[in-house]
Amino acid sequence: MSIIVENISKQFGQFQALDRVSLTIPDGKLVALLGPSGSGKSTLLRAIAGLEPPDQGRIWINDQDMTHLNVEQRQIGFVFQHYALFKHLTVRQNIAFGLEIRKINRPDIRQRVNELLDLIQLAGLGDRYPIQLSGGQRQRVALARALAVQPQVLLLDEPFGALDAQVRKDLRRWLRNLHHEVNVTSVFVTHDQEEAMEVADEIVVMNEGKIEQIGSPQTIYDYPATPFVMKFVGEVNVIPSFLHQPQGLPHDIFVRPHGVKLQTQVTDTSIPAKIIQIIHRGRDIYLELSLLDRIPFMAQMNRDEWQALTMPADQWVQVELLQPITFPQASASPHRLPADSVTAA
Amino acid sequence: MLNFLPLSSPQARRWSWPWVITLGYLSVMLILPAIALIQKSLSLGFSEFWQIATQPMALSAYNVTFLTALAAAGVNGVMGTVIAWVLVRYDFPGRRIVDALVDLPFALPTAVAGLALATVYSDRGWVGSWFAPLGVKIAYTRLGVFLAMVFISLPFVVRTLQPVLQAMETEVEAAARSLGATPGQVFRRVILPPLMPPILTGVALGFSRAVGEYGSVVLIASSMPFRDLIAPVLVFQRLEQYDYAGATVVGTVLLLGSLAALLVINRLQQWGRYYASR
Repeated sequence: MSIIVENISKQFGQFQALDRVSLTIPDGKLVALLGPSGSGKSTLLRAIAGLEPPDQGRIWINDQDMTHLNVEQRQIGFVFQHYALFKHLTVRQNIAFGLEIRKINRPDIRQRVNELLDLIQLAGLGDRYPIQLSGGQRQRVALARALAVQPQVLLLDEPFGALDAQVRKDLRRWLRNLHHEVNVTSVFVTHDQEEAMEVADEIVVMNEGKIEQIGSPQTIYDYPATPFVMKFVGEVNVIPSFLHQPQGLPHDIFVRPHGVKLQTQVTDTSIPAKIIQIIHRGRDIYLELSLLDRIPFMAQMNRDEWQALTMPADQWVQVELLQPITFPQASASPHRLPADSVTAA
Repeated sequence: MLNFLPLSSPQARRWSWPWVITLGYLSVMLILPAIALIQKSLSLGFSEFWQIATQPMALSAYNVTFLTALAAAGVNGVMGTVIAWVLVRYDFPGRRIVDALVDLPFALPTAVAGLALATVYSDRGWVGSWFAPLGVKIAYTRLGVFLAMVFISLPFVVRTLQPVLQAMETEVEAAARSLGATPGQVFRRVILPPLMPPILTGVALGFSRAVGEYGSVVLIASSMPFRDLIAPVLVFQRLEQYDYAGATVVGTVLLLGSLAALLVINRLQQWGRYYASR
């Protein structure tokens, strides 16, 4: 079931949480709303759910105008960061809740609950209470409870936010597989770009109540539309415009740590940098540099490249920018620069 | 209350200082007076005890005391829940003052409370004068006793419920609504069940407080036998007539009634803990 968000705005006092946001989520997709806190991602999700009425705009789910419907009429499944399970009910009763509200007969409820318990791999724990489960198990129960009523769309608000790192990783993979199995249109909110990249088919990057870019994880990473996306998704170095302004390029230059090459010989396009620190992160080596002894800069390379590099005695190397990106007037598509257009001042 | 549970700690611990102090203190303050009262009333012999305990005037006094206290506690079960809900969930100017005001029945000497209530609800009082033309007398009737009991037992439900309400996640309600529950269903199936143990505990505490109330009731009631005479006042009247046996017997019945109520409270609190640990 597709979701169409049309020109949604929402203000909290003086704070513009959403500013004329429009978005189409196609049927069956798993989409991440990614952004820093205060970017409006949760507000957008809650607006789609009907938990936060927007000041203006319309929301359509499955070609039906949902704008003025209450949350209980929208047939959505919602999963909260802190699970929001009913503590006085067992796992089984939690999952059955929505079905009982719909007055489905008991044998059918029983069967559906059993299916869902199998799906979330908690078949033996149906009679436990939420407090007797781990965080990861609780969140899976919350998911099963939301899926029980066969919602048109599944909305998840920072679903892994309260879990520790290892459980979070497992659950991400599990959610991906679950989505393949159930194939319900799903939207989840996260501030973790790694999580968005790993789980989502499509990522919607948000900032200050607006959508910065929509695209596949690969597009977002390789072709960021704005400086914000470039900085928020993955690591990036920024070379301020004043460094090369005399050459007529009034824009900051962005380059990923792996988009550079270090060498000892000076060329027309290389920039001298001093090595501050060498960080070994498993199979990759990170170099903390100081470009022209002024601008902090990170370079990344693998072990082989690092060993091939002969370290100069004075700690000064030459940095060659292989994949520099600029954003002239913050236009929609980034401009890739030929490497020779960057020169040191 | 003493709980003679098997101790998991070694036998020697049983005679540790805190334990001895607790036992000694409770013995002197609670157990000895209670036993003395019961012993004194039992010294009459069972048949005489029963005869005094079941005199029509005494029966009527128990009836007024326990049933009116139950009604007052029940009313506060509902109203206290509403007040606690408003104090926790609503934000309005003066909320802190209203919150502090709830404790007034605890702080006010009960005689002062009785005086204030009698003034307001007498035939010429602010509220009483509205009801008098309708033929409804409030002060100096059983209705007055009921009002005094409502007043003094008001804080219990509010105060037992507030922390539970504060700890309740509002997301749970949103979750229930997203599953299709109407606001009424959310209240009945999600909000109310976890609140029942603290509400019942508050009701039971309020009930036992109302059963024991004397100061405010004696001022707002006429204390006429078979009308609005409560058992504690009956005890006092018997003492005034130097009828010590009668006083101790009625006192013992009151004591047993309160003890029964406290046992119920204890069960409710255990249920509540069991529930909360879930």
